[in-house]
Parts: sequence; C-alpha cells; structure tokens
Amino acid sequence: MLNINNLHASVEDNEILKGLSLEVLPGEVHAIMGPNGSGKSTLAGVLAGKEDYEISEGTITFKGVDLTEMAPEERAREGLFLAFQYPVELPGVSTMQFMKTAVNSMRVHRGLPEMNVAEFIKQMREKADFVHLDHDLMRRAVNEGFSGGEKKRAEIFQMAMLDPQLAVLDETDSGLDIDALRIVADGVNKLRDEERSFVIITHYQRLLNFIVPDYVHILLDGRIVKSGGPELALEMEDKGYDWIKEENGAELVA
Amino acid sequence: MSMISSEKTPDLYNNALEEYDRVFSGDGAPRPFAELRRRGRDAFELLGIPTKKHESWKYTDIRKVLPSGATFEGQTDLRITPEDVATHAIPRLDTRTIVVVNGVFRPSLSNLTDLGNVIITSLRNAKDSHADKLKEHFGRYADVNESSFVALNSAFDLDGVFLCVPDGAIVERPIRILHVVDAETESVIQGRHLFVFGKNSQARIIESHEARSGDVNTFGNHVTEIVVGQDAVIDHYRIENEGDNAAQVNTTQVIQKDRSVFSTVTFTFASGLIRNDVTVVADGEFCESNLGGLYIARGGQHVDNHTLVDHVKPGCNSNELYKGVIYDQATGVFNGKVMVRREAQQTNAYQQSQGVVLSDDADHYSKPELEIYADDVKCSHGSTTGEIDPDALFYCRARGISLDDARSILLYAFAHDVVEQVKLEPLRDWLDARIGERLD
Repeated sequence: MLNINNLHASVEDNEILKGLSLEVLPGEVHAIMGPNGSGKSTLAGVLAGKEDYEISEGTITFKGVDLTEMAPEERAREGLFLAFQYPVELPGVSTMQFMKTAVNSMRVHRGLPEMNVAEFIKQMREKADFVHLDHDLMRRAVNEGFSGGEKKRAEIFQMAMLDPQLAVLDETDSGLDIDALRIVADGVNKLRDEERSFVIITHYQRLLNFIVPDYVHILLDGRIVKSGGPELALEMEDKGYDWIKEENGAELVA
Repeated sequence: MSMISSEKTPDLYNNALEEYDRVFSGDGAPRPFAELRRRGRDAFELLGIPTKKHESWKYTDIRKVLPSGATFEGQTDLRITPEDVATHAIPRLDTRTIVVVNGVFRPSLSNLTDLGNVIITSLRNAKDSHADKLKEHFGRYADVNESSFVALNSAFDLDGVFLCVPDGAIVERPIRILHVVDAETESVIQGRHLFVFGKNSQARIIESHEARSGDVNTFGNHVTEIVVGQDAVIDHYRIENEGDNAAQVNTTQVIQKDRSVFSTVTFTFASGLIRNDVTVVADGEFCESNLGGLYIARGGQHVDNHTLVDHVKPGCNSNELYKGVIYDQATGVFNGKVMVRREAQQTNAYQQSQGVVLSDDADHYSKPELEIYADDVKCSHGSTTGEIDPDALFYCRARGISLDDARSILLYAFAHDVVEQVKLEPLRDWLDARIGERLD
C-alpha cells in the first residue's frame, strides 16, 4: 500500500525527516508516535503533498506508484486521505457543495458516474451520524465556527464520505475530550477492514486505547528509532520519550 | 488663475463646450433647468477634467478613456426593441421595468403598470407636473463644484428618470431600471436621474447597465440623486455590465432623513474603466446606511469604487463591505471615506475592503479614510489585499478537488459574501450565476 524508503525532507533548508522508512500493507493500522518536533506533521504533510516540503532523498510509493510526482488532488483521488491536525475553515463554502465536489472528483477519477443528489444526501446523513455530527453543521460553511472537537469529527466524516484506501490521521486526538475521542475512534474502527490502511500520527498513547494498531513506531529526530506491537505504545505511556532519547542519545548529539 | 489648460483637459472638454453651445444656441427648445445648466458649465470650466494628481483620482487616469471627437448626442434611434429588453429579464423576479436608452427615459419600452401612486416620468415632464419636488430636490445634492463629472452632467439639460414614491407607499414589486447604451459610433452618453422616496415609504430599485454597442467605445457619465425620506426603507442595487469598451463615471448621491434605512450594493462585471462615486449623506438622526460592492475585473478592466459616508446627525449606523477579485492586468480601487461631523455623536461606522489579486500584473489599491470630529463614536475599518489563502487551497486539493475548482470554489465563496446582502432571492440566484461565469 505505502512504502517509504530512506525519506529525507526539509522545510526552508531545515532537514526534518532524516531517513525515514516505513511499510504499510493493506488493512494494517500503523501508529506513529513521537515527541514535539520529531517530524510527525512533516510526514503527514509530505504524504499529502504540501508544497512547503522539499524531498531531497528517498522514495515514497503508494500502491506501487511514485507518490512524490503526484499533485495533492491526484493523491486524494488515488485513495490517500489526510485528516488534518488543524482543519482549515472555508468561510462561505457550504459543506454540502464542498463534499459534493470532492466526492464527484473521486468518482469521475474512478470512472464512476457522479452521485445523484438523493443518494449523496443520504450518504451525508449516514456518515454524519457515524461521528455524531449534527446535521445542522452540514448546512454551514466548511469548518467555520466549528468547535475543536467538531472539526476533528468533521475530518472523520469527510474520510467516511471519501472512502480512502489509506488514511493518515495527523494528531486527530489532540484537543479532544474523552467522549469526543471515543466518537472519533469509533468512526475510524467502523472503517477498518482488510483492504483499508491507516497511519495514525499521535503524540499520546490514549487514542491507541480505542484504535488498537497493528504496529507502533517511535519517531525521533526525523527517523523511526523503534518499532513494535501495540504494547510499545503502553510502554511509551509509562516511560515517556526520554528513555528513547537516551537510547538514541549518542546519535542525537552528533 | 484658471485651472484649465488644453493640456490638462483633453478633447472631451472642448467637445463638451462646443456641444453645449450647439445644444443651447437658441433654437427655441425648452430649457427647463437653465440655472443648473449655467452653474454646471461654470463649474466645469473651472474644474476641468481631473488628473491623477487629484487625490481622489490618484489611481484612476480618467483622461485616457475620454473619447476624442465623439458624438455627445444621446442617439435615440429606435434600435432597442421590446425583445432586447426581454433578454435582460431576471428569471423569477417579478419587476416593473423602466427602460432608459442612452440616458433618455423610454416609456414605450417600459412596463409601469400596477405601481399604484408611484410617479415615474421624465425629468422635463416632472418640471411641470411635479414642480415643487424638483424645485426642492433636483440638483441640490450632487454638487457641481465638487466633481467635474457632476458639473459636466449638469451642464446639459438631460432628460432622465424622475421616480417618486409618495409618503407611506410600499412598493411591493421591485422596480428595475434598465439602462441600455446603444451607440454605432464613439459616443459620450450622459444620464441624469432623480429618485425621491417619501416619508415611511418602502421600495426596492435595481439598476442594470447593459449595452449593445459591441466594439464601439463609449463613455458614460451618469448622475443620480436619491432622496430617502423619514422612516423610509430603500434597497438599491446597481449592476454594471456594459462590456469591455464601455467606460463610465457613475455618481450616486444619496441624502437620508431621520430614521431611514438605505442600502445599496454595486456589482461590476464586464466594463472598461469604471468609476463609481457613491456618496451617502446621513442628514437625519438614527439613520442606517449600508453600502456594498463586488467587482470582478479581468483583462485590462479598471474598477474604481469611491465612497463617502457623511454622518451629519447623531445616532446613525453605517456599514460598508466592498470586495474585489482582480485577474490579468486589471486594476481594482476602493477608496472609502467616512466623515463624522461634530454633531454626529453616537455614530457607529464600519468599513471593510477586501481584494484578491490573481496575477502578478493585477493591482488592487485600497484606501480607507476616516475623518472624525465627534468624540463619542465607534468607527472601524479593515482592508486586506492578497492572494487566495494557500492553506485553504491545499485543504481543497487534499480532498481531491482540482486546483482550478478549488480556486473557483474559494473565490465564489469570497464573492458570495456580498451577494448575501441582496434581499431578493431570485436576484441573488441570478447574481450567483453571473459571478460563477465571471470567475470561471
């Protein structure tokens, strides 16, 4: 599904990712944990195609195709979804219209006819219920005036609508109370199947109580320094990041 | 010292004087507005045509679009047919329509039935039939000494529309005024209108500017005086779409009496160089004045919106929102002045101007001005000019929406904000469709 090999990426000549490698197979859920500044959001941005990042070395393939050559919208149409850490407010753009354009862009790309209005509205309602999103919010402008929790739930709603093959969740848990966290996790779990893969980027372990990953990776200073099963997340929760930093201390100082 | 010189005032000036002498050479035609005409001519000779050195014309070189050797005549050959008028109908909007061709009111093309006691006639007719109203209002607000173009306009006995809504009348149907320019040769077209809204009256006015002149350069110079009586509620819309070869100076001079509400929104689509001068004088207590504008400029278009909200009396509110989308080598200008006079305590005045610039060669100038002489007032203004928010673009693209579609969606939303101020739903829909086409 996703294959990242020795990825080096920088922003404004500042190297953030320093040789990151990761392989995600269909149906797998990978959690990437790391402290602030370890490169988590850079990884999300690079995968989605944000232009601020420069890739100097390494490769990323998605379903066997070089991802770095693709425009952000092509990546999305091929089935890559990024749930934003900070969803953008689009004043005046109705959620209905936005989702309709997005859904139909995907469908046209996949050779499907545009979704008819009745079916579209039905889907909107179903998927909104999925994450307990008030139907009134659907009539409002995209993310405008949404609370932090509503924005995060709206991201999962969008994910459900767009039906991606690989979803990257960039700190979707940040700023959520426990109820909202459970709702978001619920939404994600309902979308899990043997075809769809997830990369869950998080600072804390708590989301992983609800979305149990197949693999946990620790990202430190732009590289994955440790990988393991779900138990690694618990270990991180107990011990914090310092012991990992110490383990890798020599390299970090260098 | 005289302010005029042949260098500063190009051919239009001499043309105008020649034309003036010809029109008023004593052929016995009626001269209803001789006094205004004389004042207009004197002021025009003194003021001349403004250059970019004039502060209020800093960003707009009007002289480059003034036609040389153009005819001044309002050509009223009967090319415009009822079918032409019908093509400009707005779907689902049931209006009565006043048709004005080259500045002249054309009753035979107009549909004015079922308007109750609303008076719609030509200014010259009104001089006789409604002498008191004309004496009280006509030429009283648009000051010939303040504007060359008001002076030029006033120097001719123009015969535009006199619209009067009597005290207490509520006009249910919106009144559309369709201004059509129809010229076969390079022309100067002038229109002059007076709208008087009585106490407690309510009306919605939609002015549309269209043309069927094709490639011929035209220069329009229009002056409309609007009187909003006590407690009157008036919505006014202006939609400009005369085409790339039509330059225009459009002066709208409004006076508001106590507790009246006046709202005006100007939409500028296809045009050449266009200058809108909107002045609202809140000359009564507790008035509300709302001014809006949307301009989508492409190619070599130049749109200059100039507003003045003049708070004279206490307790008034004013709101302004102007937005521009500037493509290609086009230029947008917003120059909005808010004046709060000493007596105008407890004034609330807000102003917003936003420009989106879509090419390196496009320009947008925004110049807010506040002049406050009262001490208990709330005034604010905001002005932004920039590109489309890159984060918003990326967010759309990350959802599979192409860059072009993302731009359209975001610009449409930006523009729609102004459309929201339009209270007639069919007009909103129609405007949204025009905006959609224009942004494509």
